Amino acid sequence: MDGTNIKEEELDLLLNELLQIYGYDFTNYARASLKRRVNRLLIIDRFPSFAEFFYRVKTDAGYLTHLVEELTVNVTEMFRDPLTFKAIREQVLPQIATQPFIRIWHAGCSSGEEVYSMAILLHEANLLHKSLLYATDLNPSMVEKVRQGVYPVSAMQQFSENYILSGGKQDFSQYYTAKYNWVKFNEALKPKMIIATHNLVSDRSFNEFSLIFCRNVLIYFDKDLQEKVLTLFDDSLETLGFLVLGSKENLRFSKVAKKFKQIDNKEKIWRKVV
Amino acid sequence: MAQGGVAISIVVIGGSAGSLEAIFKLLPLLPPAAGAAFVLVVHRKNDAESLLVGLLSKRTTMPVKEVEDKEQITANTVYIAPPDYHLLIENKKTFSLDGSEKIQYSRPSIDVTFQSVAEVFGSETIGIILSGANADGADGLKTIKDYGGFTIVQDPVSAEVDYMPKKAIERAGPNAVLEAGLIAPLIIKLLSEKPPN
Repeated sequence: MDGTNIKEEELDLLLNELLQIYGYDFTNYARASLKRRVNRLLIIDRFPSFAEFFYRVKTDAGYLTHLVEELTVNVTEMFRDPLTFKAIREQVLPQIATQPFIRIWHAGCSSGEEVYSMAILLHEANLLHKSLLYATDLNPSMVEKVRQGVYPVSAMQQFSENYILSGGKQDFSQYYTAKYNWVKFNEALKPKMIIATHNLVSDRSFNEFSLIFCRNVLIYFDKDLQEKVLTLFDDSLETLGFLVLGSKENLRFSKVAKKFKQIDNKEKIWRKVV
Repeated sequence: MAQGGVAISIVVIGGSAGSLEAIFKLLPLLPPAAGAAFVLVVHRKNDAESLLVGLLSKRTTMPVKEVEDKEQITANTVYIAPPDYHLLIENKKTFSLDGSEKIQYSRPSIDVTFQSVAEVFGSETIGIILSGANADGADGLKTIKDYGGFTIVQDPVSAEVDYMPKKAIERAGPNAVLEAGLIAPLIIKLLSEKPPN
């Protein structure tokens, strides 16, 4: 744990290289976390020094996918923070149910558990047929995982408990088939998903949505980048649309806050009121 | 906020099983304006309702907060690492959160916060390890010591679970080993000795 601790200048060097050569802009990511990720990567990939790591980054484009995957945090679960999903079931869906067409964006969706959770919620509310779920992530490898919809069987107990806490009344296991150590979620949940790479730092808005999820992504950004991304969400939300953030993220310090109203004081769900 | 140009000092306290009892002893003994930010990293279940803020508020006159993303670090405030996130120090004024993989089977991990605090606050840090049943915090306490901070471990004999304090003593060779009731007077003494800069 000690020993490999990269310097600020080295981190700058790396970020600059990633931007110049590969177009990945991590310069406005929160430093403390990013530095930890790089230090950790040096350990798991057994680089004796920053110099050797940096040489690999510069000379081996094939290493990039792995690097970007490791620099970003891809931890998620189904119905994460179940009470948030309960609030979506009970307070958000009834509001958007009357629309002829429901567009939802899962921004920074990682391996896609949240997208499948939402598809199940929409299915149970009899709204899936008129919905589209846009699932985007910066990592091509994560996008591929969303497409597959295959998750470890070991996670199912937790997912199932979360499902019940979120107000789910059916048998959760009906939504997947298990094989060896993996489960595959039903194809019937997938036709309404549009799965693609999208970089919140550099890409623009691409549609107008009734509901945007961006959970535990903003915590990795500095204030400036948070502001930029929240503006992007504001531009991408229809009036009276909803924005769902992570359990420790907050809109209140942002310039866009005045356009939004939190639906209750517990859940991190805001409605765009103007 | 820094007061009159004096740098904020930080006191980080880590614990697991049995640590709450020690915190309940220690916290009421701290004055409302001790001059430092107090940061607690305690392993606990990720319950939807956090009772800890309420429990601690009853035992201190300082405000108690569960940290949110990019929360400001203010002196004379008790901060709690939220369940299921690692708590990091972005700079001397700002916390940040990180949801990456568990360290020492723990999220929040005491090691992660302690190392981050050490890197940013260096010798302005007091690090404390209390009762617990895993080895989390031992490496972090060592890092705080390496960066010139002051390190304290709850006396394993007085701790409800002695494993964590024993590991911390072994790994870090702390500046002081004390029973919980005596830790607060030492903190007060150390903070009052802090030279203004």
